[in-house]
Amino acid sequence: MSAREEVLSRIRKATTDVKTVDPALDVPVHWTYGRALATTDVLGDFVEKVEDYKARVVRVASDGVGDAIVDALRELGATSTVLPDGIPDGWAESLSAAGVEIHRDEPQLTHAQLNVIDAVVTTAAVGMADSGTIALDHGPGQGRRALSLLPDRHVCVVRSDQVVSDVPEGIARLAPALRARHPVTWLSGGSATSDIELSRVEGVHGPRHLWVILVD
Amino acid sequence: MTTTQERLTPQPPSWLGIPPFPEAVKEELAKAEQRKNLRHATGTIRTKRLLRAAEVDNWEELRTAAAEIKDRVGRHLDTYLVQAEKAMTEAGVTVHWARDGAEANRIVAEIAKAKGVDEVVKIKSMVTQEIDLNEALEQEGIAAWETDLAELIVQLGHDLPSHILVPAIHRNRSEVREIFTTEMGTYGTPAPEGISDDPGELTNAARAHLREKFLRSKMAVSGGNFIVAETGTLVIVESEGNGRMCLTLPETLVSVVGIEKILPTIEDLEVFLKLLPRSSTAERMNPYTSLWTGVTPGDGPQDLHVVLLDNGRSNVLADPVGRAALRCIRCSACLNVCPVYERVGGHAYGSMYPGPIGAILGPQLRGLEEERDRALPFASTLCGACNEVCPVRIPFTDILVHLRNKVVDYKTSKHPTIEQGLMKGAAWVMKDGTHLSSAQTATRTAGRIFKDKWLGPMPIPLAERWLQARDVEPPPTETFRQWWKKNREGENR
Repeated sequence: MSAREEVLSRIRKATTDVKTVDPALDVPVHWTYGRALATTDVLGDFVEKVEDYKARVVRVASDGVGDAIVDALRELGATSTVLPDGIPDGWAESLSAAGVEIHRDEPQLTHAQLNVIDAVVTTAAVGMADSGTIALDHGPGQGRRALSLLPDRHVCVVRSDQVVSDVPEGIARLAPALRARHPVTWLSGGSATSDIELSRVEGVHGPRHLWVILVD
Repeated sequence: MTTTQERLTPQPPSWLGIPPFPEAVKEELAKAEQRKNLRHATGTIRTKRLLRAAEVDNWEELRTAAAEIKDRVGRHLDTYLVQAEKAMTEAGVTVHWARDGAEANRIVAEIAKAKGVDEVVKIKSMVTQEIDLNEALEQEGIAAWETDLAELIVQLGHDLPSHILVPAIHRNRSEVREIFTTEMGTYGTPAPEGISDDPGELTNAARAHLREKFLRSKMAVSGGNFIVAETGTLVIVESEGNGRMCLTLPETLVSVVGIEKILPTIEDLEVFLKLLPRSSTAERMNPYTSLWTGVTPGDGPQDLHVVLLDNGRSNVLADPVGRAALRCIRCSACLNVCPVYERVGGHAYGSMYPGPIGAILGPQLRGLEEERDRALPFASTLCGACNEVCPVRIPFTDILVHLRNKVVDYKTSKHPTIEQGLMKGAAWVMKDGTHLSSAQTATRTAGRIFKDKWLGPMPIPLAERWLQARDVEPPPTETFRQWWKKNREGENR
């Protein structure tokens, strides 16, 4: 018998007490999926929770994004950045005008090349206010996963209409991308560890600085 | 491989060297520094967890939903596994099945050999601890590098993990500094000259040490927090970004996942991604969560493998009382709240699953053949704090009592014990008033012999050890029944 057949037959033997075939009828789940929280100021909650992770958040109007990215990179001490496909041309122009060295992932940059680029600028898919979480579905403007991982500073542009109150709404918005087999990455602040005496240290392997630009 | 060949990774001690719990605690309790570290760490995280759970209005409702979803999965595991296998295969994942740890280890080693790699980077994973994958790979000439900070501390420290979430919880900062300065250089980028014991500096040393390994490794090994059956999506929840490194940079990724880790649908994630971080690190959300569904061309590993591991889980499932232990999502809230764990630490439990979850899961996964596993259900005061914090509502104390019963059955099926004889005697005495009076005649006689003398150490089987530390009053010369007859009977009250 193959391992597969043996494991499945062990499981079937172990669950002979289960008589109802339909899992949903056998064990009903008392939960309503996709509910929003009653948060009155969702954007305010989002900003507060993201800042709680020691990430920086700035709020700008839609015509101020390019300048806000330039400011962010300057303050983070970054002189080079990678820009994924799908980043608006206007933002790239602001960066070039400010003298930031721009790298494109075409042809694909090697890991070693990405490792020495100071920053990455991406858009996002969803923001979840209650937990201060940003989800990337690595669609246009977000790039493949290595782009938002190896550079040490991540500037992430989130539109206010992408921000929902809580995780259940966030999952509902991400479900189509997940069902289309897109990889999805959730970021809640920069990388961190509490492995030494449970004292939190910001910045381990992922980008050590997360800078969020929330576009009203 | 010859025995003289040098090791590739630091040699860890063996769990098998640890005696059964009642013996092991004696040594562990004597470690003052460890007790101090544990008291500090568990106290901090307990307070934080309470705060984070209280922020969620429908916390109790979430816990119920999580328990129900996990029960649904367990009771229909064959259906969901077949569904998950199909979805993963369609998404380009090679799915393997393993009856036990040895089989899973063999599968991982074969993939590594087929790829021609002599080292792998690892994401912290309980299941690969359970099957002792690192040592199995070492035997095959493949170095397995732990990349989680705490796992790195444990690995470089030639140590064993003592906590599910923070395996080096028993170590303080100066111990970590010592380990890093003496060991890092042997296995890669050394710790900087003159490094202090500041956690930030130590973390930076780990970053530099591991970055080199991330960038050159061709293969990674992970566990998995969840597999969504509907889509074949794997989910890994982490903090440091070492997980993202391993899941993104190498060409090959092998994920070893216990068969109980399935969730039915994408939507079910909303329940668990709210519960898990608040219960484990006591954060609103862990810094990074990665979800991937098969191979994405041009992005991340192009060769994905998943090993679905039984290794005793189907035995746990076969026990209708004990199977609730399979709901566990490895958050470690039960460890942090346990008064026994806080004092003795993780090593005394003799396995990578310590604390209350270890006491109910270990003996069920491994069986009761070994003394250490028979001792574990008794490594608890049954205070029930674990029941209250568990995000999937595992009824720990019910399972502990159930397993104690099984242990007693196991022992007495081999040979009757003195306890059994005593219990039988006690049952006879209690069954009937006349039996009780005759027994009391004996105790009254004993009372008259001892008069007012307290009882000290005496060579009576069983009682002997108890009396070593205690003095007992002599049995009374008058029983309650006699006293009642004399003083109360006939009164109209």
